Amino acid sequence: MFEATARDHRNQRVQTSIRLGFLSMTLLLAAPVLIVLGALVYKGMPIISLDFLLGDPTHGMTQGGIFPALVGTVCIVVVALIASVPAGVAAAVYLSEYAPENWLTRAINLGILNLAGVPSIVHALFGVGAFVLFFGFGTSILAASLTLAVMTLPVVIVATKESLQAVPMAFREACWNMGATRWQTIRTVVLPNAVSGILTGVILEVSRTAGETAPIMFTGAAFFLPFLPQSVYDQTMAMSLHLFVISTQVPDVPEALPYGVALVLIGIVLVMNSISIAFRIWLRNRKKW
Amino acid sequence: MVSDTPTQDPLLSVRGLGIRYGTKQVLSGVDFEVQRNEIFGVIGPANAGKTSMLRVLNRMDAFNKNMHVDGEVRFRGKDIKSWRNLYALRRRIGVVFPLPVGLPMSIYDNVALSPRLRGIKKKAQLDEIVERCLTRAALWDEVKDRQSQLGSLLSGGQQQRLTIARALSQDPELLLLDEFSIAVDPVTTMKIEDVLRELKSELTIILVTNLVQQARRLADRTAFFLGGTCVEVGVTEDLFTGEVQDQRTRDYVEGRFG
Amino acid sequence: MVPTQTESQPAAAASLEEADRRDLDWWIDKLVEGLVFIGGISAIVFITAIFVFITKEGVGFLGSRFDFSEFFFSQAWRPTSESKPTYGALALIAGTASVTGFAVLMAVPFSLGAAIYIAEFAPPKQREILKVLVELLAAIPSVVWGFIGLSMMNPLIIELFDVPIGLTVLNAGVILGLMAAPIMTTIAEDALKAVPDSYREGAEALGATRWQTIFRVTLPAARNGLVAAVLLGVGRGFGETMAVLMASGHSINVPDSVFDSVRALTATIAAELGETAVGSEHYQALFTLGILLFVVTFFINLTADLVVRGIRKS
Repeated sequence: MFEATARDHRNQRVQTSIRLGFLSMTLLLAAPVLIVLGALVYKGMPIISLDFLLGDPTHGMTQGGIFPALVGTVCIVVVALIASVPAGVAAAVYLSEYAPENWLTRAINLGILNLAGVPSIVHALFGVGAFVLFFGFGTSILAASLTLAVMTLPVVIVATKESLQAVPMAFREACWNMGATRWQTIRTVVLPNAVSGILTGVILEVSRTAGETAPIMFTGAAFFLPFLPQSVYDQTMAMSLHLFVISTQVPDVPEALPYGVALVLIGIVLVMNSISIAFRIWLRNRKKW
Repeated sequence: MVSDTPTQDPLLSVRGLGIRYGTKQVLSGVDFEVQRNEIFGVIGPANAGKTSMLRVLNRMDAFNKNMHVDGEVRFRGKDIKSWRNLYALRRRIGVVFPLPVGLPMSIYDNVALSPRLRGIKKKAQLDEIVERCLTRAALWDEVKDRQSQLGSLLSGGQQQRLTIARALSQDPELLLLDEFSIAVDPVTTMKIEDVLRELKSELTIILVTNLVQQARRLADRTAFFLGGTCVEVGVTEDLFTGEVQDQRTRDYVEGRFG
Repeated sequence: MVPTQTESQPAAAASLEEADRRDLDWWIDKLVEGLVFIGGISAIVFITAIFVFITKEGVGFLGSRFDFSEFFFSQAWRPTSESKPTYGALALIAGTASVTGFAVLMAVPFSLGAAIYIAEFAPPKQREILKVLVELLAAIPSVVWGFIGLSMMNPLIIELFDVPIGLTVLNAGVILGLMAAPIMTTIAEDALKAVPDSYREGAEALGATRWQTIFRVTLPAARNGLVAAVLLGVGRGFGETMAVLMASGHSINVPDSVFDSVRALTATIAAELGETAVGSEHYQALFTLGILLFVVTFFINLTADLVVRGIRKS
């Protein structure tokens, strides 16, 4: 009897310590986010000002602001979205609403998995070979955006597919029973109820696209170009590449400058991600059926 | 559209209908005819293949690769498998399934959806259709002041009546009702039954029900399904007064099994 | 209006044929089906196009200058040598392998631990918060990680271990581990969540503790998903470019220890592509590295997919 109780106590202690062990592993994984953020804010915040955000880089990029890079990133992201969102939504509609269970569907899914898994620098090589050279767009916003569009296509597809599949089958059947065509059903019932989920995916894609560096290095982003792009055939500076350049390629950069750039970049990315996450939680808690 | 020679010109004729899902046979050798402007009852215990049959009648089997259909179904004399535009066929056949589905749009839009898809755009015309269909489904009085609310958030019974209103908004020639009263309270059931009796002058109804007495109240003729076959088809009153060919039919209507 | 039978049937048949027209909506439906099908196969088209285009640019090198034993067994990556350029990728492969290997060694225990905690122990609120943190960890762009390696980890490593340089396998490995951890955690957690609760209840009914249940029942049942998680983490680390470029020291070298600087395949392409002339031997050699990267990640993803498919079958 006594022995059993002692064992129970020991077990209890073992259980607790195992639980704490796993918790500390989790926290060790989560802590870097906070440390990194803290450090970037601490070291980068002092340099952030309106002049920094809206000024051109000067003195060989060792002083001044980041305005051309900021505008360039926005341009690249917008063009990439224009290219990838329609294609991604179409692909997701096909996979969710039409695709039969066959080898082709499996191949498509494998293709999506690989598009997401191929190294970003390989996407960059593809962009150079296809968009810059073969299609003759040259190093331009268009080439860079298309490269990123191909690379982030899986983000839109996966998010859209999930939100389409979250619409109950019964709604589709009710619509079909009324003699609605498949497309009428998708247009009137499925898409309207999935649109917020799709938006979540798009925001996530914005965040991915804004942060990527390797795919745009050789396809459209310039090291230093203190002008705003006039058309999609122009090159442009971009936040991500700017951070790389001033922290590795340019001598005598004051310490705060790259921290400021990194802070703005990660700010854009995390704000986008947080919106996407908040949106998702809001969606989950809102009941429409 | 009233025909004076109903037996020679049935609205729907089913010959040798068999249904199987993969290798599982759920229905076989079903024959019956449904005349214009009658209420045709289908009774029988669960898993008798009744619901599967309704799915075939409006070609929902086309979206289910696993579902195999044998035999022949003629709608107004034309084999339903020969329809090139099966959406047009479905528009002529309204269906109400036992689990009510209010679409996640406003009550008004739920009922106006089918007319809109048919190309009706005029607000006045739509208003008229919505009011007429909701009234017929015995729902108008409850929702007329809140037509912009989500149809999917109505109570189960109200959603069921909304589904009926939606089926009516298609202006169908044939209405398939599958155990519509499951989610509806008795009073409303009675209201809807009255509506169905009125509708009989305009359209044809196939009423699948597990309530034997409901079939007796409403149906002109009734088919008894059991274990994947159609045991008997006859004038409803005959089934209840003992004029049956098969002992199982009598046992079922008298409540010996169910 | 009571038509006789002889009149009504042809009339009805005619109106029925009229009703059974392929109307505009029918054609629009077909058109949309075609359009979304194109969208659907675009994923296959793009992945094929990637392979075709990088092969097209690299094939000149593969066909003429490529020497199998030099490429895979020589450390001499001297593409810009005036007298005799050599293209030995061994050091680059070793660089990628060492950094990825170190990263995975670091990340696997923590990721699996975190996945187990989130899936099995954490109360709902905590789980929500932890998952958001993991997601934010995944969102940090690789160039920011590289910058962190360069400006924060570098001095830290020099200080802590008293070494001359902090841009090493250790630095890049830790960074890469943090980058690969979220995907491993997420997929491993999904795999654990997919284990039916009846398994756990069954084990607990037999008197197993939580811990025994996890180790004897849940983990084995989720095995395939966990393997896939690790594989995808490896793929992530293997293909990472900017962080490795900035944090690994960028010296062509087969490392002896984690305190050596190395250079990865991806980083080599990123660093050198801008300096080469289109179509030159060096340029084509970089595309050949790209082909190698593509093929390896393709097989990693394929294997992960097959392993995951294995779970669904069983």
